[in-house]
Amino acid sequence: MIAKTLLGAGLLASMTLLSSAALAQTVGFSQIGSESGWRAAETTVTRQEAEKRGIDLKFADAQQKQENQIKAIRSFVAQGVDAILLAPVVATGWDAVLQEAKEAEIPVILLDRMVDSDKDLYLTAVGSDLVHEGEVAGKWLVDEVGDRECNVVELQGTTGSSPAIDRKKGFEQAIADASNIKIVRSQTGDFTRAKGKEVMESFLKAEGGDTICALYAHNDDMAVGAIQAIKEAGLKPGSDILVVSIDAVPDIFQAMAAGEANATVELTPNMAGPAFDALAKYQADGTEPPKFIQTESKLYTQADDPMKVYEEKKSQGY
Amino acid sequence: MNGGAARLLRRIAPQLVTLAVILATIGFVFPGFFNIAFANERLYGSPIDILNRGAPVALLAIGMTLVIATRGIDLSVGAVMAICGAIAASAITAGYGLPLTLLMALGAGIACGLWNGLLVAVLGIQPIVATLILMVAGRGIAQLITEGAILTFNDAGLAYVGSGSFAALPMPAVLWLSVGVAVALLVRRTALGMLIEAVGVNRRASSLAGVSSRLLLITVYAISGLCAALAGIIVAADIRGADANNAGLFLELDAILAVVVGGTSLLGGRFSIIASLIGAMIIQSVNTGILVAGFPPEFNLVIKACIVLAILVLQSPALYGAAILLRRTS
Repeated sequence: MIAKTLLGAGLLASMTLLSSAALAQTVGFSQIGSESGWRAAETTVTRQEAEKRGIDLKFADAQQKQENQIKAIRSFVAQGVDAILLAPVVATGWDAVLQEAKEAEIPVILLDRMVDSDKDLYLTAVGSDLVHEGEVAGKWLVDEVGDRECNVVELQGTTGSSPAIDRKKGFEQAIADASNIKIVRSQTGDFTRAKGKEVMESFLKAEGGDTICALYAHNDDMAVGAIQAIKEAGLKPGSDILVVSIDAVPDIFQAMAAGEANATVELTPNMAGPAFDALAKYQADGTEPPKFIQTESKLYTQADDPMKVYEEKKSQGY
Repeated sequence: MNGGAARLLRRIAPQLVTLAVILATIGFVFPGFFNIAFANERLYGSPIDILNRGAPVALLAIGMTLVIATRGIDLSVGAVMAICGAIAASAITAGYGLPLTLLMALGAGIACGLWNGLLVAVLGIQPIVATLILMVAGRGIAQLITEGAILTFNDAGLAYVGSGSFAALPMPAVLWLSVGVAVALLVRRTALGMLIEAVGVNRRASSLAGVSSRLLLITVYAISGLCAALAGIIVAADIRGADANNAGLFLELDAILAVVVGGTSLLGGRFSIIASLIGAMIIQSVNTGILVAGFPPEFNLVIKACIVLAILVLQSPALYGAAILLRRTS
């Protein structure tokens, strides 16, 4: 009897071992497209992370279309992959296809963006916390200026978009207790360089360049545009006006190396690393990961050898 | 000559009054608006910003006015800006030198215009559809050139086109002013303007009267493409990078709006380039005014729409008719 149980347990264990070895082999990845440098970097890093772990990554580029992503997921299910990574282009309309994957017992992990489906339909979601990103940027400014009076101008992202709302909220939370720091102007720069420059020009005129102590931009591109506006106004970005932004795209590191930008908060393109780790644990002993895995929002400053980071980032396909 | 000047003044009077009212309003809301200083070898201040930032729409409006005068429309100008900016950025980073870079970018703009002209004048496709093709495809072409990323460059010569200064004015302002004057003189000091109007009013009749309407149409679209190319170079040079996703996005609509605010009818015929340029300045004044006024960004588009609505209602034929009626009865 005991021997039988042992045998059974042994068999079961070896089966799990076998299956986990087999399971970690093919993973399908349905990517939105390559609409931005960050997206391209996410694809590159996901490939690298898969290669590091010996995973065969099947990549499908949806070119911004949900129907392509649904097709890709169905074909992954048909091929019998061991797991699916999905960076969803929109939040709604995933219930049916996620149900199909669940019935085929293929775990789905969401990258970077969330869906409005039942939480049981996916294993976990990996992403960054936008409010936290704003907080990190705000906290840096609080530490940097100390007791000094500091008038901040803010370049918001596209009006109404969730990064614009949440990054604003996080920053405001971080500076709430510092009575010496206040936001004097806040206007949208649509996440673009050209608008960032144009709006910064108007800030400089409306407030007077010497009364502005810092610029907070919701993304690096707007900061890069604003830096040019500050220079053209005869001021020194990085010293006369502190510049802090979010995303950590390569060009901001060039500006930091030149002393023209002070800090950026990284929106890491490495969403796949934590996803693969959670997947491996789940397959090894069935550990259910939390439903949301938050990536690190790392702060980079001029002290972090910006030129080196620039080269690293460039090689990721930004 | 004096009669001509008086006629021109009467033609552009509504636009000038509108511009003055808008500027006065902004000056009232934000008192420091008209302060102009001299720094970095150029004039510096919000009114100068309007001249500078209005450059892309003003340039597009020049070409758009001619196209609209022929009863056409050019929806592709925003995408052509993106293409030409991308070509300029990639040519300069590939080391072609400034003259060749500018030539290639401007040439691409003319080629885009010729393509539109071919579809409209030779194949007889309706302008709104014909130019829609390039509007959609053009941004894709630009993204192919930049490979989806922002293509940055550090060439001081090319950057000068966007952020340099000439005779104390920002270079973009100098460019649109000189192109505007040149084209206005070209169409008004020769018979060209009249021929364009003739084609716009009745293409068949003008063809029968001996006007080479086909050539004229193609030329007009080519000029529009050239203006868009220059605008695209300015926008790319300004931020020292070609942003294929965003350069010139929706600017075709602003350009059409500038022409309409300038009082040129979308039904073709009589046109005024100077009025369109003032229209472009009206739009930019509204944009800059909203920025310096410091409203929350959620209000930007609503405020702009209300002002445009007010301008167009004031210019509407119904109101004009009512004004005449009022004058007669009193």
